[in-house]
Amino acid sequence: MSLSNSKNLLEVNNLRVNFRTPDGLVTAVNDLNFTLAQGETLGIVGESGSGKSQTAFALMGLLAGNGIIEGEARFNEQNILTLNEKAMNRIRSKEIAMIFQDPMTSLNPYMKVGKQLMEVLMLHKGMSKAEAFEASVKMLDAVKMPEARKRMNMYPHEFSGGMRQRVMIAMALLCQPKLLIADEPTTALDVTVQAQILTLLNELKDDFNTSIIMITHDLGVVAGLCDKVLVMYAGQTMEYGTAEDVFYRPTHPYTQGLLKAIPRLDADDEKLSTIPGNPPNLLQMPSGCPFQARCEFAKDRCGESMPPLEEYAPGQLRACHKSVDGWVV
Amino acid sequence: MLTFISKRILEAIPTLLILITVSFFLMHSAPGSPFSSERALPPEVLANINAKYHLDEPVINQYFYYLGGLLQGDLGPSFRYKDFTINELIAQSFPVSAEIGIWSFLVALLVGVGCGIIAALRQNSWLDYSVMGFANLGIVLPNFVLAPLCILFFSIYNHWLPPGGWNGGAWPYLVMPVIAMSTSYIAQIARITRGSMIETMHSNFIRTARAKGLPKYRIIFQHALRPAMLPVISYLGPAFVGIVTGSVIVDVYFGTGGIGQHFINGALNRDYSMVMGVTILVGTLTILFNAVVDILYAVIDPKIRY
Repeated sequence: MSLSNSKNLLEVNNLRVNFRTPDGLVTAVNDLNFTLAQGETLGIVGESGSGKSQTAFALMGLLAGNGIIEGEARFNEQNILTLNEKAMNRIRSKEIAMIFQDPMTSLNPYMKVGKQLMEVLMLHKGMSKAEAFEASVKMLDAVKMPEARKRMNMYPHEFSGGMRQRVMIAMALLCQPKLLIADEPTTALDVTVQAQILTLLNELKDDFNTSIIMITHDLGVVAGLCDKVLVMYAGQTMEYGTAEDVFYRPTHPYTQGLLKAIPRLDADDEKLSTIPGNPPNLLQMPSGCPFQARCEFAKDRCGESMPPLEEYAPGQLRACHKSVDGWVV
Repeated sequence: MLTFISKRILEAIPTLLILITVSFFLMHSAPGSPFSSERALPPEVLANINAKYHLDEPVINQYFYYLGGLLQGDLGPSFRYKDFTINELIAQSFPVSAEIGIWSFLVALLVGVGCGIIAALRQNSWLDYSVMGFANLGIVLPNFVLAPLCILFFSIYNHWLPPGGWNGGAWPYLVMPVIAMSTSYIAQIARITRGSMIETMHSNFIRTARAKGLPKYRIIFQHALRPAMLPVISYLGPAFVGIVTGSVIVDVYFGTGGIGQHFINGALNRDYSMVMGVTILVGTLTILFNAVVDILYAVIDPKIRY
């Protein structure tokens, strides 16, 4: 579980995503760096608007038309950010697949579920219709879809939300991709269904040895699934390390705040702990650390310069002026 | 589906009855009569004519005479063209309008949808702007301007096409009426298609299709086209009726002899039964094609089941 591995499946270096808007250039992702080895799971955690989904879209080449990418993402030694559409289409779904946030709208409502699955196999694996049908049924079975064969001929609206997300997962795994990007796959689902989907992802991870990037704002999801965690805030990395370190020894005030904000049933005080304030407006980013306005430890220094992301312990990085043990002046 | 169709037929009966009743009494409450415009007839002759057409009886009686005839499929005699019944006049002119209409409809559909898709896929490019510019021109340019312009260009300046007439619907006689009829519909359909295609291409399931690695043409034709066509189809029903029956201008300019002429003449001459006949025809077609649209909806959208 080391952070730098010579056989990294994915290496993201200085990834930056900007959007041209009528009000000016907005930086959604700011100098992101991480690596992922085969079979490893990385959790990207952050509030809404922290840039985690845009990171995923950038990797898949699915950014909105006004998005500009800088930096590189080496997947199997190849920078996928500069590939043309045709070359990228050979990687999408075949090597890197994605599960989206909202299963209710992410399947084509006008097409039978079976056809939506089969077209992936016919496209990337050159299967015949009959072969693709059987392989799709098998994959639906693998994601524990009851009566898979019968459901191939049904339309998405005949499925519940959880079942649709299973279809999405099955669809993503059809070609046994090396990397699976899951963008808040459980956000739109009931808690019980959430647990089922996570268990499923955990099993599939072991069965197929797939690397996963799990994008979420739910720290519980990260704890159950991830080897490494990257905490994002306003497009920047706040803390990055093994899941164990980040959870049990969080050192960044933002991570600490997030962990405190998890509602606990066994806590005595009834009041939910929150991080006061709102994330900064990306159009008017304050100078210095983006978190300073909400940070209980903030000092003058925090408004003057952005703290660099530094490895303060083996495999654990953080971007904060306050040292791990407190302020040293 | 069968229950749906029979239900729609049953629903059509009261709708048509209301349409007939309202237009009948509105028509008869207008001042004047079919014969008031002619040179003064001797009172005895006028009384005779009025008696023959039941015009001397209370309007309510005339209404029931008319309904009685209608039940037997008889739209009554024309007050204007004395030797013809309305059935004969419609049978003569409707096929002409239908032929112009069907061609115009097909042209409008193919060109409109094609232009709309191209504009949507090249959103905010010069191609998009020029297609939409022409579409706006097509909408604001009334066909009573377009029709004489066509004649000027195709017949008078270039002698390519006959300036008018019908000649059994031979294609040189069809071209200008079809251009005049279809232009504004092409423009409308292109606008609707563009808007709904842009919206569809931004939806989440299209993002999923892109994430699958599908080439762009397959995303457009297999994933986006069906949902993008739904708003177009709901426009097509009324548009089809409008195209088939709305040939007033075309009939006037090109002398094609379609049903459009009867709208105006019937109303001007107080030709009660002609106005009624045309109204019933338009009403029936409207109901029919709205039902066709509903059926098409069910074919395209699996969430709709009858």
